Parts: sequence; C-alpha cells; structure tokens
Amino acid sequence: MSSIPSDLRYTREHEWAKQEGSRVRVGITAYAQEQLGDVVFVELPKVGTKLTAHKTFGVVESVKAVSDLFAPISGEIVEINADLPNTPQLVNQDPYGRGWMLVVAPSSAGDWDQLLTAEQYEQFLSESGH
Amino acid sequence: MDTPLKRTPLFDAHVKAGARMVPFGGWEMPVQYRGIIEEHRTVRSAVGLFDVSHMGEFEVSGKDALAALQRVTSNDVAALAIGQVQYAVLCDPNGGIVDDLTVYRLADDHFMITVNASNIDKDFAWCTERSAEGRFDARWTNVSPRTGLIAVQGPKAEALVARLADRDVPAIGYYRFERGAVAGVPATISRTGYTGEDGFELYLPWESTDRVWRALLNEGARDGVAPIGLGARDTLRLEMRYALYGNDIDETTNPLEAGLGWVVKPAKGDFIGRDAIEAVRAAGLKRRLVGLEMTERAVARHGYPVHAGGTPIGVVTSGSYGPSVDRYIALAYVASSHATVGSEVEVEIRGQGKPARVVKTPFHPPHVKKPS
Repeated sequence: MSSIPSDLRYTREHEWAKQEGSRVRVGITAYAQEQLGDVVFVELPKVGTKLTAHKTFGVVESVKAVSDLFAPISGEIVEINADLPNTPQLVNQDPYGRGWMLVVAPSSAGDWDQLLTAEQYEQFLSESGH
Repeated sequence: MDTPLKRTPLFDAHVKAGARMVPFGGWEMPVQYRGIIEEHRTVRSAVGLFDVSHMGEFEVSGKDALAALQRVTSNDVAALAIGQVQYAVLCDPNGGIVDDLTVYRLADDHFMITVNASNIDKDFAWCTERSAEGRFDARWTNVSPRTGLIAVQGPKAEALVARLADRDVPAIGYYRFERGAVAGVPATISRTGYTGEDGFELYLPWESTDRVWRALLNEGARDGVAPIGLGARDTLRLEMRYALYGNDIDETTNPLEAGLGWVVKPAKGDFIGRDAIEAVRAAGLKRRLVGLEMTERAVARHGYPVHAGGTPIGVVTSGSYGPSVDRYIALAYVASSHATVGSEVEVEIRGQGKPARVVKTPFHPPHVKKPS
C-alpha cells in the first residue's frame, strides 16, 4: 500500500490537498504516480487562474499515459511549482513534497469538508481493488 | 474484450518479479517492472531481457517454399543464404502493409518467418491462401504455440549469451543465426533485435523458455541484467525509428512512404502489391514518415494532427519522451513538401499547436554489430 499521509485530504481522482493557513496546497498521491509510471510532462495553468472543484486544471503525462488533473477545491491559483516543467520526475520522487503542483486561495470553505480523509481514501483504494 | 488473454510461458516469472501486466495484442504482457526509463537505460548501458514469446512464427517448407515467400513478401528472399535473416513486409494488392516480418532461411527449401502477435491469424490466413492461389508446393505451419522467444539486448548481451551457449556466439554476424543450445535448451540464436543495441533473439521450445529466462537472469547478474517491459521496448525502438505495426504502418500505409523502400525489391519479379507500389513510386510520394523533435516540452502521441502555418499537413503515429536523447520525439506522416530535415511544423496537443521540427533519424545512433 502506498503511503497516505494522515494530515492531508484526498479526491477520488487521486489528488491530495493540504491546509496551509488560509491556503491549500495540491498535488497527486503516491498511488497516482505509481500507477502513471515515469512522469515526463506536467501542464499547469497560470497563477491567477480560477479553479472549480472537480473540474480539470491540468495534465500529467507519463511515458505511456496522459492523465487529467482535477481540482480538489474551487479557488484562485496563487502559486505553481515552477520546478515541474523542467523536472517532472519530482512527481514520482516526492509526490507529497517537492512534487507539489499548486497553491490555491479557496473560494468556498465548504469544499474542504467534501474531500476524503486519509482513512476514507485508503478505504476507497481498497474498495476499488487497489 | 470477451476472449481471455493469452499468457506466455514466462507469465508467472513476470508476476513474481512485480511486473505490471497489461493486455497487448490479445496477450497479457509486462509493460514495466521497475520503471520504463530505468529499464530503457539498462538496455542501452548493460543488458536487458524481453519476453517476446507472444510473437508469431510460421515455418514454410517444400519445393516451392522460396517461390511462395517471393510471392507474398516485398524483399528478395532468393538473396538470403542459409543462416541469414531478412526484414520484409507483406503487402496487399493495393500496396498496403499487411504486416512486417523477418524471414529466416533454415535450408534451401525451409524457412521460418516471425510476425507480429496481433497479426498471427490474419497473416497465417493471408500466406496460406495466397500460397494456395499460386499453386505453390509449400507447406505452412504455424509454430507459434510451441515457440517461446526471448530477446537479449544491450552492449553486454554478446558476453552473456556466449557464456550460456554451445556455439561461437561472437562469430554470429548481424542478421545471422545459428542453431545450437542455450543453457542446455535447443535454441535458434539470432543476432537481431528491436532496440538498436547489439543483441540476440533466442527461439526456444515453449516449455523450456522459463528455464532459459532464469539462466539468463542468474548468469547475467554480474552484467546488471534486468527484465524489460513493453514500455521500454517502445521507447527503445522509437529512438531508432523502427516502425511499430498498428502505429506507424498498417494497411493504409505503403512501404515507400513509411521509409521501407529498402525492403521493396521490384527487380526480383512479381509479388503481391508490386504494381501498386511501383505506381506510387512513379507518381511521387504524397507524404512521408519523418522524425519530429518537439522544440518545447510536450508529448506528441499517436493520432495528434500536424499543421504548418495553420494548414493540416499530417498526423503523428508514435511519440514519447526519448530517455537516451533526452528529448520529446515523434514519428509522423507529413506532406512531402514539409518532409525535409529542418522543416518547422506544429503538433496539435489538446487544441494547442506546439512547435516541432523535422529531424534526421534515427534519433539515437544504433550500436548493432555491423556485418563483417
């Protein structure tokens, strides 16, 4: 079983979200990067872009696969990981750390509570046969 | 998909080694073990083992075996000496490619051909029907179900195979083969491959394939040997510009536009597709398969449109990150007007035109053993 840090929240599309004061940092889970394999390209929107929860915000590509990225919450992007375009392999090496993707200023506090807890995400993975 | 997936004799070994298994051409095959890029580098720098037992093998023998092969393949089989291998295509009467294959001359009137896994049934029907139409005295046998195949590829492949084989392995030339034994198992030892590295393909009895696989892993430990999945097989062949049937070539493409004119030998006499191919040659090619290098980071993939100045001029047939060239590369059919090296084009990726340039191929220099 891939690591699932207990202090994060998760989506069914395998993104994680981390509360940092009033902002939320976003990336993809260890499970997601394992399934993708070697990540060779990450496409992220620009700072200032408005995200809508459950809608796609970007793309991550491995050697074999193209996969959409889904916004865990609605809000405005205040920061993107500028290292990812040149070192997309950070997503594999450190998915919860240096492989982060965005920092978002949430527009609706209610979105956070819709996300899965670590326990729920673990349950979701095991139920869907992972 | 209703038909159950077929398994090679190495299925259990792959699962035990932690491979991710995927459906491929009707087979359940390992796509990767530790990671595509790492596996790719193992083959370029040391030696890798590929299970390609899913591929198809037919034997053809009889008084007219040569004539029957001359009729269905594009290359000149008569030029093939016993112990030699030849790359060719099977064409339909329109010059479309039914499959690509290698032809082995086992004896004057006895050959083996190796075809793509997903085309085994189609090719066997095609070959036997065309052979019957031509009233050739040739017996075709589909030996795929009893033939396992392991590719041993990389700069350390020769030393590894040599330690396990009962033949003078270094003496086997490129696109030559010998029959002998590897790890005590009867084997056809062929100096061929699909990676651009030196290496061998070992044709083995189905039931003994696992024994040779284990022997290669044990004996190759000191060479850094590792099993390699289909993912790296694809990136390795793409860097060499080797065509992949179903991606870069199929029944809608002709061998000339695919850059396979070197295996079309109209002077050998008539063969199926010759007239159509010669008509294409006379009329001039409308499009050509070229190598593209993306000028910024972006992955071109099969089916993505290619434009020049806003006008559609072609389509991508294969594309990936190339680990050895450290660039984003692709193969694409483009209009002949844009097929020259240096042409600037755009690949449409998710609605956006990404700049690319036509470049020389292979993308990475081959290290195969040259004929001596």
